[in-house]
Amino acid sequence: MAVKGIIIKGQYYDSVTLMLVAQEATKLEGVEDVAVVMGTVQNKSILRSSGLLLDEFKDAVDSELLIAVKAGDEKDCEEGIKKVQELLTARKAASEESAEYSPKSIDGALKILPNANMAIISVAGKYAAIEAMNALKRGLHVMIFSDNVPKEKAFEVKRYGREHGLLVMGPGCGTAIINGAPLGFANAVNRGDIGIVSAAGTGLQEVSCIISNAGGGISQAIGTGGIDVKKDYQGMSFLTGLEALIDDPETKVITLISKPPDPEVLEKIGEVLKKTNKPVVASFLGANPKLVKEIGGISVNDLEHAALFAVSISKGVSMGDFEKEIEQRDAELKDKASELAKNLKVKQKYFRGLFQGGTLAYETQVLLKNIIGKVNSNVPLDPSLKLEDSWNSVGHTVVDLGEDEFTVGRPHPQIDYELRNKRILAEAKDPSVAIIYLDVVIGYGTNPNPTGKLVPVIKKAKETSDAIIITTVIGTDKDPQNKAYLMSMLKDAGAVVFERNASATRLAGYILKGLGG
Amino acid sequence: MKANELFKQKLEVINVGLHSFKESLDKTGFEALDVDWKPSAGGDVEIVEMLDKFEEIKQKIDVDGANKEALNRLLSSKPKLIGMGKAIDVIPGMKKNMILHAGPPITWERMCGPMRGAVIGALIYEGLAKDEKQAEEIASSGEIEYSPCHHHQAVGPMAGIISPSMSVYIVENETYGNRSFSAMNDEGFVKSLRMGVFSPDVIDRLRWMEKVFYPALDRAIRFLSSVDLKIIIAQALQMGDEAHSRHKASTSLLFRIIAPAIVRTTHDPLEVEQVLKSIDGNDYTFLNLSMTAAKASLDAARNIDGSTMVVAMARNGTEFGIQVSGLGDEWFTVPAEIPPNALYFAGFTKEDANPDIGDSSITETSGLGGFALVASPTFIQFIGGTPQDAINKTLSMYEITLGENNVYQLPFLNFRGTPTGIDIKLVLEKGISPFIDTAIAYKKPGIGLIGAGFAIVPMEVFKKAMPAFIKKYS
Repeated sequence: MAVKGIIIKGQYYDSVTLMLVAQEATKLEGVEDVAVVMGTVQNKSILRSSGLLLDEFKDAVDSELLIAVKAGDEKDCEEGIKKVQELLTARKAASEESAEYSPKSIDGALKILPNANMAIISVAGKYAAIEAMNALKRGLHVMIFSDNVPKEKAFEVKRYGREHGLLVMGPGCGTAIINGAPLGFANAVNRGDIGIVSAAGTGLQEVSCIISNAGGGISQAIGTGGIDVKKDYQGMSFLTGLEALIDDPETKVITLISKPPDPEVLEKIGEVLKKTNKPVVASFLGANPKLVKEIGGISVNDLEHAALFAVSISKGVSMGDFEKEIEQRDAELKDKASELAKNLKVKQKYFRGLFQGGTLAYETQVLLKNIIGKVNSNVPLDPSLKLEDSWNSVGHTVVDLGEDEFTVGRPHPQIDYELRNKRILAEAKDPSVAIIYLDVVIGYGTNPNPTGKLVPVIKKAKETSDAIIITTVIGTDKDPQNKAYLMSMLKDAGAVVFERNASATRLAGYILKGLGG
Repeated sequence: MKANELFKQKLEVINVGLHSFKESLDKTGFEALDVDWKPSAGGDVEIVEMLDKFEEIKQKIDVDGANKEALNRLLSSKPKLIGMGKAIDVIPGMKKNMILHAGPPITWERMCGPMRGAVIGALIYEGLAKDEKQAEEIASSGEIEYSPCHHHQAVGPMAGIISPSMSVYIVENETYGNRSFSAMNDEGFVKSLRMGVFSPDVIDRLRWMEKVFYPALDRAIRFLSSVDLKIIIAQALQMGDEAHSRHKASTSLLFRIIAPAIVRTTHDPLEVEQVLKSIDGNDYTFLNLSMTAAKASLDAARNIDGSTMVVAMARNGTEFGIQVSGLGDEWFTVPAEIPPNALYFAGFTKEDANPDIGDSSITETSGLGGFALVASPTFIQFIGGTPQDAINKTLSMYEITLGENNVYQLPFLNFRGTPTGIDIKLVLEKGISPFIDTAIAYKKPGIGLIGAGFAIVPMEVFKKAMPAFIKKYS
């Protein structure tokens, strides 16, 4: 048995704190007794009676802190003393009372939440990069929701993340699911073994929802923002995300989603893919499937197929069975299309897609192009198809209501339904419209009451128009909005209701094709 | 890769911007904390440019290292009361015709009312003038040299007047050997010299202090050899003091230490009674010691090349000034403001208030006072706040300080150390200005204390210091 101790000068602690520290240190293996007291006469007499009054303590004064440890051997004593010192310096910064305090900076927040590992940044673009850098330098991963981040700043942030192995999701990243947590606009999906890297926001939502609804699950869904796969940014966020999924033991299948990446970026993705045997399903909307195959990925045409195929692999369903299922589904769609087309009048020829989700607007154009040809848009596949005026549809039209011209001074259309509702009623008055096509994105961050916002408008549109109204709902049963109720109410209002944009778009395409395109 | 470590950890999110993103995480059971964000430097373009230049300097010199050293010196200082003496005998640079005052340098012409009142009182006390009129003549004649306490290792509350015959505390920083000084607190909560009152009772009390109080204290301190001020302050913070505007606990602790020594060394029982009653009856007895301890600790952190830590914040009732460790003895000053948030005694309003005055903000500079507000729920109540306000005010000061105190702890924040070491860069970057607990004096001489409240350090003073730093180190 050994007793050792030290004197610390110039530090004061109240006796309760000291008792708690002593109690905690006594739990150490090999330690039998611990005393941590200020050197008052009274305390010294207590130490004496417990055999802990070391010679050097005898002249100690009130202002000196005495630490004494009795243990099996000297080494254990020293461990005990070290532990006491650690406990004394340990600070429990986040008291319950401080919960009401809002820190003014990331630094301040870290003092309250010292283990924070992610920052979501949604302040104005010119400040977003500064805050992102603040977070990265403190070792946090970041999601930058903000758009309009100055180019060189965005590059700097992404490069820092790339060099340090930190996720930089964005700028312009609207959604991600990390460790099951919905970040930004995201859905309540099942957890599982399918990992997603997506440079397309609603694309990530659509794919993760279809996967979850089809019985699969998500390990991680990493957003990068659309600009990431452009030449200027070299896919830096995308590559980091992909590498992380490759190294992640919980991820068995990887799904990549993007508009066609820049060729240089695609090549880099290919380089990274060489490092893995994990199956990689890639939906680079509208890209040549050959390019995907060249880099070792499995190419699929659309988001729905990307999701379903990933689920098939995850569950061990064969490619052949999967393709059979797709064909069957397509045949059903065609039957349904010819049935719906019967009710249309001769004048009704045009498609009008009014979108809350940018990726979905894009996907619909890609799919329609192959079925009915040219579609005008404010975000066209080809510059020649650019709408002269985003506010007025011409011929077949797809409008992305999340674009800047619609969101200046108002919330995103997934939150604020007013603008689209007006547009729905305007389209309903146009006798040349055959199909009004609407996506309804639900989940965290979006409007809490889509049923109340949208259903009355569809009913009203139906009163004045014979157009077919097709809706596709992006969400899961676990989302805070009641998806089942929403879908049944949409049906009651006379809409055709889908849960997958690609199928819904194909249906529209087949209807229009039946009319002679 | 770090991203893979993240996948294994519990996700904890700092949310900067849209509150709804935090709500989603709250609903799904994930830890998230909102930042009450505003643009860096409050969107002030001038400051943003300054900070950019500052970042360039940081590439060249080790500012972080310098600040670490400055903070370490402040934290490792051990101020002890070692004795007393006459100002003229012990304060470096003190002269027979010199009067020391609070805050940055000032002339008689520009002095505010309460400081003039205190100068008048000091001249009468010194026997240089027989009345107010004569004192004013002498004060404005050019015969008297005015000098900031801070230029003489000294500090003084409110007007902060120290004249040559006044008895002063001598505090020594045991770690670094430097000394600091301040006059004794001249009781009279409302009517006192420091508040600008020079009535006969105030002068009489000063004379009694010189004849009876000072010798008794001097003997007692010598008998004790020294009194560890840091330990008293640390304990007082756990007993309801914040060590700037409330000193009930520290004064009591001092009393417990010094009373037996006074009894032992002063032989006239009537004098013993007077002296003990004086200490016991003046809740502000310890104020001057608290300030002197802070001064001794901060002086040890002066002149660290490249440090952006503030080593003095002081007001003379006309101007507010700061000094910065890496910028020598240069003052950066702006006009002093009337404390915006204050409670006044019956019969007084903001109209009657003198702008912010006194060296006592040295306590905030060292991590006490407003920076330890949460330690003193009673004081926050006095100015109409709630304990939650005190928590939030103290927590916001962690954003602009270099570290946390190793000795001064806040029970209400789980014994976290007080925010310590104001960094001019952090103040500018975060757009958060230090705040100061303060008393408020009447704007003209002779009336005294009229209220108490918070003073906010004018941001402009930091905007002046930063360009000087940039210039010096470019």
